[in-house]
Amino acid sequence: MTGGLQGPAPEERPQPTGRRNAQGERIDPEAHAEQDTRKAVVSALVEHEPGVLAKVSGLFSRRQFNIESLTVGSTTVEGHARITLVVEETDAGIDQIKKQVEKLVPVIAVGELDDDAVRAELVLLKVRGEEPDKVHAITQMYEGQTLDAGPRTITVQITGDHQKIDDAVDAFRQFGIIEIARTGQTALSRGDTPTTPGESPAASAESTVNQTDLQIQKETSDDD
Amino acid sequence: MSESASPRRTEDEADAESADADESESADAASEDGAAEPNPVRTGAQAVIAALERAGAETLFGVQGGAIMPVYDALYDSELRHVMMAHEQAAAHAADAYGIVSGTPGVCLATSGPGATNLATGLADASMDSDPMVALTGQVPTNFVGSDAFQETDTTGMTAPITKHNYFAQTADEAGPTVGEAFELAAEGRPGPTLVDLPKDVTNAQTAADPGEPATPETYNPATEADAESVAAAARTLERAEKPVILAGGGVVKGDASEELRAFAREYGIPVATSMPAVGVYPEDDELAMEMVGMHGTGYANMATTHCDVLFAIGCRFDDRLTGGVETFAPEAEVVHVDIDPAEISKNVKADVAVVGDAGTVLEQVGAEMERAPDAEAWREQCREWKAEYPMDYQTPDDEPLKPQFVVEALDEATDDDAIVTTGVGQHQMWAVQYWTFTQPRTWVSSHGLGTMGYGLPAAIGAKLAAPDQQVVAVEGDGSFLMTLQELAVAVRENLDITVAVLNNEYIGMVRQWQDAFFEGRHSASEYDWCPEFDKIAEAFGAQGFAVSDYDEVADAVEAAMAYDGPSVIDFRIDPDANVYPMVPSGGANGEFALEEGQL
Ligand SMILES: Cc1ncc(C[n+]2csc(CCOP(=O)(O)OP(=O)(O)O)c2C)c(N)n1
Repeated sequence: MTGGLQGPAPEERPQPTGRRNAQGERIDPEAHAEQDTRKAVVSALVEHEPGVLAKVSGLFSRRQFNIESLTVGSTTVEGHARITLVVEETDAGIDQIKKQVEKLVPVIAVGELDDDAVRAELVLLKVRGEEPDKVHAITQMYEGQTLDAGPRTITVQITGDHQKIDDAVDAFRQFGIIEIARTGQTALSRGDTPTTPGESPAASAESTVNQTDLQIQKETSDDD
Repeated sequence: MSESASPRRTEDEADAESADADESESADAASEDGAAEPNPVRTGAQAVIAALERAGAETLFGVQGGAIMPVYDALYDSELRHVMMAHEQAAAHAADAYGIVSGTPGVCLATSGPGATNLATGLADASMDSDPMVALTGQVPTNFVGSDAFQETDTTGMTAPITKHNYFAQTADEAGPTVGEAFELAAEGRPGPTLVDLPKDVTNAQTAADPGEPATPETYNPATEADAESVAAAARTLERAEKPVILAGGGVVKGDASEELRAFAREYGIPVATSMPAVGVYPEDDELAMEMVGMHGTGYANMATTHCDVLFAIGCRFDDRLTGGVETFAPEAEVVHVDIDPAEISKNVKADVAVVGDAGTVLEQVGAEMERAPDAEAWREQCREWKAEYPMDYQTPDDEPLKPQFVVEALDEATDDDAIVTTGVGQHQMWAVQYWTFTQPRTWVSSHGLGTMGYGLPAAIGAKLAAPDQQVVAVEGDGSFLMTLQELAVAVRENLDITVAVLNNEYIGMVRQWQDAFFEGRHSASEYDWCPEFDKIAEAFGAQGFAVSDYDEVADAVEAAMAYDGPSVIDFRIDPDANVYPMVPSGGANGEFALEEGQL
C-alpha cells in the first residue's frame, strides 16, 4: 500500500440523509417513487434544409429518448417544415427533449401541445377482398375511403386520432390485413394559440396569400 | 396552363434568381460608396480563406490531401499561419487547445475520408468540453458524393453528433459565408466545434459572392442576460443559505468570468469547488478554494458538496465523474444552476432555481441583487476543518521509487503562475490536476469529457502557438504519449519551447489501478514494459531528452529542460505501483471517497 492520504475512513464520516432520484430531484427517501412516464406531442418548426431530419432523429437515438412517431412536412412558409413528434417520457425527459431539439441550429421553435390540440393520423390498410360489402361497411363506419379495390385485395384509407385508428385497425382484422402503413400523428394547437412559441399563424397565412398571388401573376405572365 | 407549368420552381430558376439578386445587391452597394468595384472573382477555396481572415482566424492546424488541396493552394497566398501536423487527430487537439487558451476558435483542416475520420476524435473531444473550434474538411466532388468514391466518407453524417453544428457547402457562393458563420457559431453562446465539408468542385469553382461579415445563423440566439425573476430567486436562495458552495464549471472559463467569480465568492464568503474543466478559475491557494470535486477530487471538495444546503452551480453540466451516483450528489442542497445552454439545466441534476445566461453577466446580476451575505461562518469553519482533516498528501519513502506527485510539484515550482499544463489521460492527468496549484484560468488544458489519451502533446503545440509567451508543460503518461508522440516532429520543426514530462510507470496505469481495485489484480493487457526510451525517442526527433529516476535528479532535469530553447522530453521513471487517491468509485457517493485501496 502506497497511501499517504489521511483522514477519517468513509464509515467514520458524517453522511447526509437526503437523497435524489434518478432524475436528480431531491426526494423524501421514505415516500418517493420514480417519476411516471406520459405521452406528449412535441412540434418543432425547422428550417427545411438537407440533413435536418437526420439531425433531429439522430438526437433521439443518441440520447435514447423513447419516440413513438415522427411526421414531417412543409408549412405555409417557404423554407420551413414542421416535425411532429409523439414521445413517451417522464416530465423531466420531455423537458429535455424539447430543449435538446430546440438547441439544434436549424430548429426555429419547439412547443409541446396541450391535450386539446387537434391531432390526426392516417393509415392505409390493405385487406383481403373476399367480402367487399363488409369491408365497405366498416370503411364507412370509420369515415374512410376506398382507394383501390380488386378481386383479391381492397385498400382503404382512414384518418383520425390515434384511438380511432387503433379501433379501425382492429375492426379490419376480421378480413385479414395484408399490409398496413401508418403515418404517425401530426397535430396543431387549437384556435389562435401558436403551435410552437413565437410562431405567428396569421403572418404565415398572409404569406400564403401573397405567395398564391405571386404564383398567379407568374402563371399569367407565362401565358402571355 | 400546360402540365409542365409546375408551381414548384426548378432549382435552376431559383439559382438564376438568387444570382440576379446578388448582382443587383452588390451593384447597389458599389454605387453607394462610389467605388464601382465589382467583387473579385475567385475560387471557392480563396473565398474560404478570405472568410477565415475576415473572421479573425490567425493559426490553422492541418494535414494536406487530395480533396482539401484547393484550400491549401489558396492558403499559399495567405498571411494565415498554417502548422502542418503529423496526424489529423493532433491537428484537431491542437486547434482545440488553441481555442481553450486564446478563447477564439482554433481551426483545423483535413482532407476527405481518412483525413476527416482522423479528425473525429478531436471533434468529439472539443464537443464534450464545449471548446470553440472550426474544422474544414475536403470532400469528393459533388457529382461523386454518395457513390463510395475514393476517399469518400459521409463527413457531415458522421460528425453530426460530435459537433455543435456542421455544414455541407453546396456551391462556391456558399463556401465563404458558411465558413464565416461556422467560425462565429463555434464561439457564440455555449462554444463548441463546427465543421464545414467542402467538396473539391466547390472549392475549385469560381465565385463573385462576397463572404460578408461573419454572423451566426438567425435561429441561434443564446440569452446572455438572465431574467430578473430567476436572478432574484437565486439571490434569495443564496442569502438564506447556511452551508453554501459555489460549483464552478467550464462555463466560467468559456465566459471569461473568473474575475467575477472571485469577486462574488469573496464578497459573500462562499467556498468554491470546481469541476475539472474549471480548474484555474479560482486560485487554489485561496482560503475559500475547495478545489476539484468528483471521482479524484479533493476530500474537502467532496465533503463540502455532499453536505452543502445550497449549491450555486455555474456553467457546469454535472458529468457523472463529478456527481458520482446522482442519488447521493449534494442530496440536501437546493440547486441554483446557471448555464448559457438551457438544455443543461435539469439534465442530470434537477435545478431548484434555473438561471439561463452567461456566467459573468449572471454573477454580476446576482451580485447586484444580493442584499446580504449568507450567514455561513460556521460552515466556512467546517470547510477549513475538512481541509485540515483530508490534506492532499503523499509519502516519499527512501526505499520506494520516485513518486509522481513529487514530480508534479517540482514542475509547478520551477514554472511561472501562468504556465500552461496540458495532459494525456490517466493517472498522470489526475496527479497533475491534484498536485499542481492552479491560480489562473486557461492554464489547465486537458481532455475532460471524452478522456482522450494522446491529447497532451498536440494540445501543448496548440497552447504554445496561442500563447507563445507562456511556458507550456505537457504532463504525459507513457501510454498516452505513445499515441501521438509523432507530433514531436512538428514541435521540433516549429521550434516550440515546450516541455513534455512523461510520468512513466510502464503501465497503462489507470487501467492497472482499476484492475487492482475491481478485477482482483489481473493485469490483462495493461503492462507497458515494452515502452521505448522516451529520452532517446526525443533525440531521434531532434528534441532534447532526459531520463530521471531519482529524487535528487528531478530539479536539475526540470531546470535544464526549461532552459532548453525548443521541445524537450523528460522521461520520469516513477513508482509503477503508485495509485491515484482520493477516489470515488464510479457511481459511488462522493462523501464516501476512498483514501486508499482498502476503502474501495
Ligand atoms: C484513446 C483512448 N484509449 C483508451 C483509453 C482508456 N484508458 C484510460 S486511462 C488509460 C491508461 C493510460 O495510461 P498512461 O497514458 O500510461 O497513463 P497512466 O494512467 O499510467 O498515468 C487507458 C488505456 C482512453 N482514455 N483513451
